[in-house]
Amino acid sequence: MIRKAFLSVLALGLSAAANAEWALNMPKGITDLSLETYNIHMMIFWWCVAIGVVVFGVMIVSLIKHRKSKGVKPATFSHSTTAEVIWTVIPVVILMLIAIPVAETMVKLEDSRNPDLSIVVTAYQWKWHYKYQDEDIAFYSSLSQPSLEARRLQSGVDPSSVENYLLDVDRPVVVPRDAKVRLLITSNDVVHSWYVPDLAIKKDAIPGIVNETWFKATEVGTYRGQCTELCGKDHGYMPIVVEVVEPDAYLAWVDSRKEGAPRVASTQQ
Amino acid sequence: MSSTVADALDHDEEHGPEKGIGRWLFATNHKDIGTMYLIFSLTMFFIGGAMAMVIRSELAIPGLQFVHPEFFNSMTTMHALIMVFGAVMPAFVGLANWMIPLMIGAPDMALPRMNNWSFWILPVAFGILLSTLFMPGGAPAGGWTMYPPLILQTGDAFPFLIFSVHLMGISSIMGAINVIVTIINMRAPDMTLLKMPMFVWTWLITAYLLIAVMPVLAGAVTMLLTDQFFGTSFFLAAGGGDPVMFQHIFWFFGHPEVYIMILPAFGVVSEIIPTFARKPLFGHDSMVYAASCIAFLSFIVWAHHMFTVGMPLTGQLFFMFATMLIAVPTGVKVFNWVATMWRGSMTFETPMLFSLAFVFLFTIGGFSGLMLAAAPADIQYHDTYFVVAHFHYVLVPGSVFAIMAGAYYWLPKWTGHMYSERLGKLHFWTSTIFVNVTFFPMHFLGLAGMPRRIPDYSTQFTDFNTIASIGAIGFGVSQLIFVAVLLTAYKGSKATDRVWEGTRGLEWTVPSPAPYHTFETPPKARIASEVFE
Repeated sequence: MIRKAFLSVLALGLSAAANAEWALNMPKGITDLSLETYNIHMMIFWWCVAIGVVVFGVMIVSLIKHRKSKGVKPATFSHSTTAEVIWTVIPVVILMLIAIPVAETMVKLEDSRNPDLSIVVTAYQWKWHYKYQDEDIAFYSSLSQPSLEARRLQSGVDPSSVENYLLDVDRPVVVPRDAKVRLLITSNDVVHSWYVPDLAIKKDAIPGIVNETWFKATEVGTYRGQCTELCGKDHGYMPIVVEVVEPDAYLAWVDSRKEGAPRVASTQQ
Repeated sequence: MSSTVADALDHDEEHGPEKGIGRWLFATNHKDIGTMYLIFSLTMFFIGGAMAMVIRSELAIPGLQFVHPEFFNSMTTMHALIMVFGAVMPAFVGLANWMIPLMIGAPDMALPRMNNWSFWILPVAFGILLSTLFMPGGAPAGGWTMYPPLILQTGDAFPFLIFSVHLMGISSIMGAINVIVTIINMRAPDMTLLKMPMFVWTWLITAYLLIAVMPVLAGAVTMLLTDQFFGTSFFLAAGGGDPVMFQHIFWFFGHPEVYIMILPAFGVVSEIIPTFARKPLFGHDSMVYAASCIAFLSFIVWAHHMFTVGMPLTGQLFFMFATMLIAVPTGVKVFNWVATMWRGSMTFETPMLFSLAFVFLFTIGGFSGLMLAAAPADIQYHDTYFVVAHFHYVLVPGSVFAIMAGAYYWLPKWTGHMYSERLGKLHFWTSTIFVNVTFFPMHFLGLAGMPRRIPDYSTQFTDFNTIASIGAIGFGVSQLIFVAVLLTAYKGSKATDRVWEGTRGLEWTVPSPAPYHTFETPPKARIASEVFE
């Protein structure tokens, strides 16, 4: 145990030097709704901070001032209906202030009508299958080879030497920028969950049920996520990669897929 | 006839503990059974803790160093089952067994033989559960939530898992029946319901929750069993079943279950803070109403665990609003504790320190709970380390700290000696520092998008995982100090009947250590408060 602790300290020192990128907060993401989600998160966070400052503040003042060692004689009061009413009503008001904007966002999140593009996502133990509904495009997407080799028990490969360790796939999902993409998510075996933080989307893939969700990415780039519902031994090894490209690049990609292009598409466009 | 009665009475007066193992195997005395529950719970706490050490060692740095992913999943599954059903719940039942009869002036629990049975089922249940570690296919690895279809892929361990869950449920139900019958029927004659101590009140409410939801869990796992072995399709889509239905049933049990684990903690803390503030509990009656409100609301919020399963919008909104409402009675409790401290005359012995840490850190867990209640934000948080941070904040510095606080508070009453305050404070400070080092960074991991229940992670999550692992090992080692406290508990100075300066209530009118039989004639609750004025 001491040896493990020592190793951990050592590892911390090394990794802190190697990796200065400390994500502390939720990503703002690349869709309007991911930004709204972020704002909701921050709004509630600041309410909590405010309540915390008041409650902990009073408590700390009491802990400092009302000590027996300072010769304080205890008061004898034991109830106050006024106080009880105040600290019941104020939280109710705060909760209503929180609940209204949150409900508005919720309504938008569920509105997947009139998509520009629909993709059927089917989860397998332990990979994803994507089928573009209006195109003749369908492919499996699983963990990329370098991660596969490094992930084995005592593989001898340093994970930090693998680019996007455990977050890279052989064939990413490609979608156009500024298009409303609807995902129809289901599973072939157990429950999985499709999650990409930058899209603020997480939806369970459940056998026998087709779930629906949507996103409209506003920035091109590569966005990574993972399965987030325990699905067996390789639950940690079925990442999701979404590439958002310019609309014409997307059309070119669709054409290249149709002309019997190689089944393994490069992650580079 | 009358002489028989007289004989029986004479016999009773000389009745002390049985000699040897029989005292424990055939125990009907609430104090003996309470002690066994507490020792059992501590044992399970260390077994579940050892599993946590495996988990945190594997997660200390990226890459797989120690265990295979299957075994890792078994560890997370077993850690949760053991901590929930083996450590936290039996610890509160142990405290209830010891203290409820003393607090209400009853000679024992109402149903002593059932009490014996409900305890002795537990070692059997956990013996079965732990034996699955050595079975072909390994221990259950589908998560303590046992979601189908995944849980049906468990190997030979599957029926043993179901059977042990059934046994735990039977034990809990019997324990709950005993608590209710004792509290309702055996209070000191002048102790009306609203005069009961808060610990008794919260346990009464908890016991009703247990009776309401443990059969639901039993039903859910029985359906899993028949799906696996008897050709039913309750949860199998291929046969027309619905995997989501299991989640609804499970969380209908699961959400009240989290209050089963926290309400008695509220009770313990509500006993301790007034004692060391030397001031009566602020708003006793509103605390009772708040606890009842929480218990009621706990039945209508279950689907907030399921915001990502694809529920109708109106359903999501309902569960979101209902969940937010729980913040109100919970807030009332916290405000009342602070008001109890306000203008008191506080001292900071170990039980008080643990209780104060409870109020601070449970509130932080409450804050992250409020954040999780907001459905759109929950879509980001769900099944990430943010959730892991949240429920460990309410369970470790929440429930476990309250259990520790209760153990230190009542230990002199149990043993008749003061424990080592120096060791107790050391235990408190190391636990409090390391619990935060362990679980606070998990908030950041979750917000950055690290899913829970994964054995290995992308390198950007390294730093906080390493910090959490260091904290976890520190926390684990700190708990050995508690064992040292217990082993040296008989060496301290003699405890007075009242033990602490500010105590009130019937349990402090009996000698320390509490005699084998107490309150053979009902006391007057009023006398207790008069003695202590």
